[in-house]
Amino acid sequence: MESLLIEYLPILIFFGIAIGLALAMVGASYVVARQSPDPEKDSAYECGFEAFDDARSRFDVRFYLVSILFIIFDLEVAFLFPWAVSLSEIGVFGFWSMVVFLGILTIGFIYEWKKGALEWE
Amino acid sequence: MADLWTGYLWPAIFIVLQIVAILVPLLIAVAYLTYAERKVIAGMQLRRGPNVVGPFGLLQPLADGIKLLFKETILPAGSNRIVFVLAPMVTFVLALVAWAVIPFGPNQVIADINVGVLYLFAISSLGVYGIIMAGWASNSKYPFLGACRSAAQMVSYEVSMGFVIVSVVLCAGTLNLTGIVEAQQNLWFAIPLLPMFVIFFISILAETNRTPFDLPEGESELVAGYFVEYSSMTFALFFLGEYANMILLSAITAVLFLGGWMPPLWIPPFTWVPGEIWLALKIAAVLFVFIWVRATLPRYRYDQLMRLGWKVFLPVSLGWVVLTAGVLVTFDLLPQ
Repeated sequence: MESLLIEYLPILIFFGIAIGLALAMVGASYVVARQSPDPEKDSAYECGFEAFDDARSRFDVRFYLVSILFIIFDLEVAFLFPWAVSLSEIGVFGFWSMVVFLGILTIGFIYEWKKGALEWE
Repeated sequence: MADLWTGYLWPAIFIVLQIVAILVPLLIAVAYLTYAERKVIAGMQLRRGPNVVGPFGLLQPLADGIKLLFKETILPAGSNRIVFVLAPMVTFVLALVAWAVIPFGPNQVIADINVGVLYLFAISSLGVYGIIMAGWASNSKYPFLGACRSAAQMVSYEVSMGFVIVSVVLCAGTLNLTGIVEAQQNLWFAIPLLPMFVIFFISILAETNRTPFDLPEGESELVAGYFVEYSSMTFALFFLGEYANMILLSAITAVLFLGGWMPPLWIPPFTWVPGEIWLALKIAAVLFVFIWVRATLPRYRYDQLMRLGWKVFLPVSLGWVVLTAGVLVTFDLLPQ
């Protein structure tokens, strides 16, 4: 356990340095450059108009649909990683088990396709 | 006291030095990638490109950086300020930390973790947060629409990237990046997995929002997409993050498909060149194709983009994973 955590220590230090660098860059610019805020300058950019209405309004439901589909397929990919590494040990049986699983998912995928969930026009 | 030094502080200082030894060349490479991009595109369009600041315009990236540093940091009135400032930092930090697992040679890696591929996959998935945060926190229409599009596009192509990576892992039999490079000793994976290589390359174009998939930044309709409201260093961090991401994904392509630090042939003139140089050359070659594509292809429509991701790449890469596994199992070629 101890050695496993030690392996990840450089990544933690790397995160620290990267965050420090990002903060330093933004901070330096904020200190060095002259700040003169102005109501017109700070308003939302809308090609010179006053903003017509709130930007956080409704948006297309298909963006939700894409993210839901993404969750399904990304989980599937995550499930494939351990299988791919251990395929030499589980052999033919492991291979066919995964084919059955992927087959079921493919049926779902065909259903989504036929239902038009993947259409953008 | 001596224990403290030999046990903790020296290793820590050594790690910090290693990290600096990667970060400094990386940031210089990012700066000169912007220069190279402008020069190469200029060459392809029979222009000169930047040639005023310094010899051949070589100091141009430096001048751009200094200019951005001295600009005012604008925080829009309606924005969520904390999230607004955090978003570019997230993009920048994530583009840097992924380098912790990229092997530059045998045993030349900062963190040789045994799940390197999963780490890269996780970090590149998190990249979408920077964009969503920027789009939401700006409280302005263009960034919001740009962020929606960008997020949908990135997650769509990430799925097929995942399947491509699984087929590489099948051939290598390990999730450790050094192991994956060593598995390509005799044959680079780009050759047996050529269709996957092509899909992977096109997917990384979409993943980094580059032409022909630069809809999130479509100037003609969304001004600049999710970073419309950004200025000064917050803008620069997005810019640096985006280009660092391009270099990172080129490095991943080199490691997964082009044999990482290995020379193309194991015969003398090639074996004299050190491994780091080979890796750098491969990264540069992939980056050149990035720029070449930008200078050549027009922008895709959004429905075409989604159709390519979900209806072409996803079925093809899924089928190829099954095919690869089937061939490996049937002919008993699985790596032990």
